[in-house]
Order: sequence, then structure tokens, then C-alpha cells
Amino acid sequence: MTSVQRVPRPHRPRWVVPFAAFAVLFFIGTQAHGLLTSPPELDMGHLQKILYVHVPAAWTALVAYLIVFVLSILYLWRRNERHDLLAASAAEVGVVFNALAIALGSIWGRPTWGVWWAWWDARLVSTAVLLVIYVGYLAMRAFTEDTERRARWSAAVGILGFLNAYIVYMSVKWWRTLHQIQSTPETVDSPYKLAMRTNAFAFLFLMIVFIALRYHAARVDRAADERDEEEALSGGAVHV
Amino acid sequence: MAREIGRVTAVLWKDLTAERRTKANFNSVVFLAALTLLLFGFALGPDTEALREAAAGVLWLTILFSGVLSFNRSYDQELQGGALETLLLYPGDRRAIFVGKFLANLAFLLLVEAVLLPTAAILYGLSLADSLGPLLLVLILGTIGFAALGTFYAAMASRLRAREVLLPLLLFPMMVPLLVAAVESTSALLGGDALGNSRGWIRLLVVFDVIFSVAAFLAFDYVIEE
Amino acid sequence: MTATPALDLRGVARRFGKRWVLRGIDLRVEPGEVVALTGRNGSGKTTLLRICATALRPTRGGGAVFGYRLVEEADAIREVTGMLGHHAGLYDDLTAEENLVFAQRMAGRPADRDAIGRALDDVALSAERDERVRGFSAGMRRRLALARLLLRPPALLLMDEPYASFDADGIELVNAFAARVAAGAGAAVVATHDLIRAHGVITREVHLVDGLATDRNSHALVGTSDGA
Repeated sequence: MTSVQRVPRPHRPRWVVPFAAFAVLFFIGTQAHGLLTSPPELDMGHLQKILYVHVPAAWTALVAYLIVFVLSILYLWRRNERHDLLAASAAEVGVVFNALAIALGSIWGRPTWGVWWAWWDARLVSTAVLLVIYVGYLAMRAFTEDTERRARWSAAVGILGFLNAYIVYMSVKWWRTLHQIQSTPETVDSPYKLAMRTNAFAFLFLMIVFIALRYHAARVDRAADERDEEEALSGGAVHV
Repeated sequence: MAREIGRVTAVLWKDLTAERRTKANFNSVVFLAALTLLLFGFALGPDTEALREAAAGVLWLTILFSGVLSFNRSYDQELQGGALETLLLYPGDRRAIFVGKFLANLAFLLLVEAVLLPTAAILYGLSLADSLGPLLLVLILGTIGFAALGTFYAAMASRLRAREVLLPLLLFPMMVPLLVAAVESTSALLGGDALGNSRGWIRLLVVFDVIFSVAAFLAFDYVIEE
Repeated sequence: MTATPALDLRGVARRFGKRWVLRGIDLRVEPGEVVALTGRNGSGKTTLLRICATALRPTRGGGAVFGYRLVEEADAIREVTGMLGHHAGLYDDLTAEENLVFAQRMAGRPADRDAIGRALDDVALSAERDERVRGFSAGMRRRLALARLLLRPPALLLMDEPYASFDADGIELVNAFAARVAAGAGAAVVATHDLIRAHGVITREVHLVDGLATDRNSHALVGTSDGA
């Protein structure tokens, strides 16, 4: 009989908790900095401050999806299950940040443009499409039971989905310019640049923490399943 | 290489022959498509001017909705009687299966559109004569991207429980650039603008088609396995 | 004994979800052998055959078919292996002949109508040559699947319960085919719980219980082999 393997309990890497503490403090710091020091914007007034969450959240979602893309390629190359678990964790975190970005974008848009949804905002619209793409990724995973098949299929979907990210953005942008609709005011004037950048980093750090935690949870889950599988291997044998 | 082309034509021939024999897919998809056109007419009309403005969008949405039905079904004959496993046990590149099925789906959709376009012209008061050539080009380019991605995602969705929901969920968001480009160029052409505005969109269609046909082709091997 | 074994499995294990169907199979089949794979339903016979055919990957362990590694050189294995499985894998809307033409072309060969005619003759399906498979009985489907194998005789022949749904002539055909393959420096592995039918053609019996394999002395053996 093939030998039963010991399944060690996965340990959370030691850097996660201290880094999480740092990330939370950093985030509080940058948000406070943004809220307290930015002057009210010309048109938007204090509403501008929502952008300190909306824009970084959108960027972070994209970074998370890039991680999914890279890990998907890695998985297909190496067939290491951990790459798949990490990719799925990144996708979940990405979807959360993505949804947050859209919600805030909509909330910001209402007083600014008078509508809840701005079809002409290429960033908002393309992020919404990306959200659906990765929700589809997660839905497909939920319906695929075999872990090896799930990993393979997720990798393929994750790769194609990310390939479309820039194309979706560009096509929506052209679409908007074609119809001469008003454009989104640019939000990177100097008083706001520093706060925007620091908040972007804050969100990036938080993303890393969330992915690490989610990945650890996934590994614990998987280890429990593996333990069951090893038990089943030894348990049922009848020696002839 | 010649052997792989032979395998591609074998799959293409098999799919088209099976479809020709039963016509199950074709009849129901064409009927549903025509019905969709009609329903859109009721939803958006009866002002003929409004309908004519919306025609390009309606046409492409109809192609998407009715086309999505055909992709899962193109895998049905493989899922019965263990045909898929037998198919995967032939020596050779499995991506030939993708190309064969893609071409079969493409041919199928183009045939559906051959019925759809005149029907839409009648229902929505469109004049096709001036721009028929470019219109057909846009139709073909759009359908190529659709068929490539549809064939790819259906290889997975058709084998999962919620296949009717999962295929649109996976396929449609990927189709956004193609949909926008196809509708814009179709609209421009129908409005009498011979290739002026539509040139950029047609270029986008070509780029999209190339990128995703290649990506789907390369990734197919990983998804068609058991 | 230095010839490449037709089949060499080492520690092959396979699970579906949490259920282990194979728990570590070591199996070596030399060219010229016809091995009967016996065991209850659910003992893993079909899974083992499918792994040999490369339809499935092993969860653990590995092996080789005529020296080609199971996972890395699967394509080479498919060139020399043929399986008569549980499911015939036919297309209902195509005729018997068309199914065989498809099989030939998928294997990279040109359609050979004469060879197809002979194969259909051998399995007594000539009358149904232009009939769509949809109307075929289970027995007819298996015969057509057998014809498909006859058209491209493999070096490693895998058969899953070949004696089910065949009449006496069919069984005769199956056994003669297995013997022919083995005589031509190939080998055959036949999963069956009907050893009587295999009488005279098998050289060894391997018995599967709960996913593990043991060699067995069998009254159905032909000749003297040291594979006891």
C-alpha cells in the first residue's frame, strides 16, 4: 500500500501578525492624514476625501487580480496546489476591494454628477466588468468539486480574465470619447497626490495582510481534508 | 502538422454532420433568436425611429443570448456515452479538438446570423444595401471572438451543475469589449457612415479576436482534461 | 528479461474525493502476457485500466507503458494503447461507418473504407454499416467499439468486462484479438469477473481487493508461467 503521509498543521508565518499591526496603524495614519490635512477641492468640497478610499481600493483590486494572474501561470507550470490556494485567496480579497471601490465610486458620483451610475467613467465601468469576471471565477470554483480540476480550470479562467482587464478599460474609454460625454475630473492635483500615494500603499499593505490570512485559512482547511484523505487510505485496507 | 489539420477537420466534420442530422440546435436557436428580436421590438417600440437607433444593440444582444445556448450543447454529444473520454484518448494535440469545435460553432452561428440579419432588417426598418460588405465583415469578426470564447468556457461550464447560469456568467463579462466594438461599428455602418467611424472599432475587434483565440487555444489543453 | 515491460506500475494510488479506489498498485506485465484483472465491483479494476490508458492520472505513484512514462509521455502511450471501455464512446447521430471513419482520422490516419468494411464484417455489423448508432443495442455498440480497436490494433490492449453483452461469437472474437495482440509482442489486460470465458487465453490472474493487488493461481490459466 502506498505509504500514509503525515499532514503537518500549517503554521501562520511569523511576519503576519506584526505586519498586520503595522498595516492597520499605517492605514489609520494615512486616512487621518488625508481627512485632516487635505483642503476642500474646488468642485467637490470635502467629498473628495472619499477618493482616498475609492481610488486605492480600485488599484488594490487590480494588484490582487495581477497576483491571481501570476499564480495561475505558476500553477499551470508547476502544478503546485499551494499556488492555486493563494490565487483563490487573492481573488477573494480582490473581489472585496473591487466591490468596495465600486460602491464608493457610486456614492461619490451621486452628488458630483447627480446620478448613481456614470456610464462615461471608464474606470468605474471597467472595474464593474472586472468584478463580474472574478465573481465568475469564484462561482466556478464553488461548483467544481475535484480539487485538481478546480485548480486547473481556475488558472485558465484567471489568466484569460486578467488579459481582458486593459482591453475592457480601453474599449469603454473609446466608447465614452466617441459619444462626447463629460469626463471624470482628474483627481491627482498636487495637494492630494501625497495623500493618495500614501493611502495607496496603506491599502496595498492591508491587501497583503488579508491575502495572507485568507491563504492560511485555506491551507488549514486543505490540511484537514488531506488528513481525512490519509485516514481513508489507511483505514479501509484489508490485508490479503 | 498535416495530421493535426486532419484531426481538426475530423472534429469539424463530425460536429457539423451531427448537427445537420438532428437540426435540433439550429431550429431552436434560430427560432429563439427571431423571437428575441420580436420581443425587443415590443419592449422598445413602436416608434420606428427609436427602433432603428437601437437596432445594432438589439441585433448583437440577440446573437449573444441565442448563441450562448449553442455552446453548451455543442459539448452534449461528447458528454453522452463516454464519448469525451474516447475523444481524449486519441494520440495527438488535444487543441485540435478546440479548433474543430470552434470552427463548427462559428459556422453554426454564422448560419443563424444569415437568418437573423434580414429578419432584423425587416423588423427594424434597416437598409443594408449600402454597407453590406463592411456589415458582414463586422458580423464575422464579432462572431469569431464570440465563438472562440464560447467554445472555451463551455468546455468547462457544460460539465458543471449550474451550466445554464455559469456559462453566461463566465462568458458575458469577457465579451464587453467585443460587444461595444461590434455594436458601435454596426451602428455606424447602418447609419450610413461607410467605414469612417467604424475603422477603429474594427481594428479593436481584430485585436480582440487574435488575443483571445490564441489564449483560448493555448489554455484549452488544461481545461478539456477529465 | 531485459525487454521493456508492456506495463510497469509502481505504487499507483488514486482517490476520488476522500475515497481511495486504488491504494498502491505494483503491477508488471511483460510482452506476450494476457493478464486477467479480477475483483468485485468497486475494487478498482476500471480505474486501474483508465490510468493505464492515460484517461486518469494517478494521485500517487507512477509507471510506464512500454517505457513511456505515464504522465510526462502520455501522448506516446496513447499511440500504442487501446481500450475497450465500459462506455462505447460513440456518436449517436453518426452511422457505424462514420464513427469508424472519425476514429481513424482522429488517430491521424486517412479513412480506409475497405479496412472499415472488414472490421465491421469481423464484428458482424456489416448490415448496420449505414445505420445511425442511436438505434443500436448495448451489444451492438460494444461490437462497434471493438471494430474500432480492430482497425488500429494496439500494443497494449485494455479491456473492461469485455465478456458482458457479447454472444459466443463475440467472446471468441475478443479472446482471439487478445491472443493476437499478445503474440505480436504486445500485451493485454482484461478486467473481468467472468474467468470462465477467458479460459485458454489468459496467462496470469491479478486479483484486486480494496485497491490492492495480489497475484493468484487460476484454473483459467493457459500454459505454465512463473507469474504465480
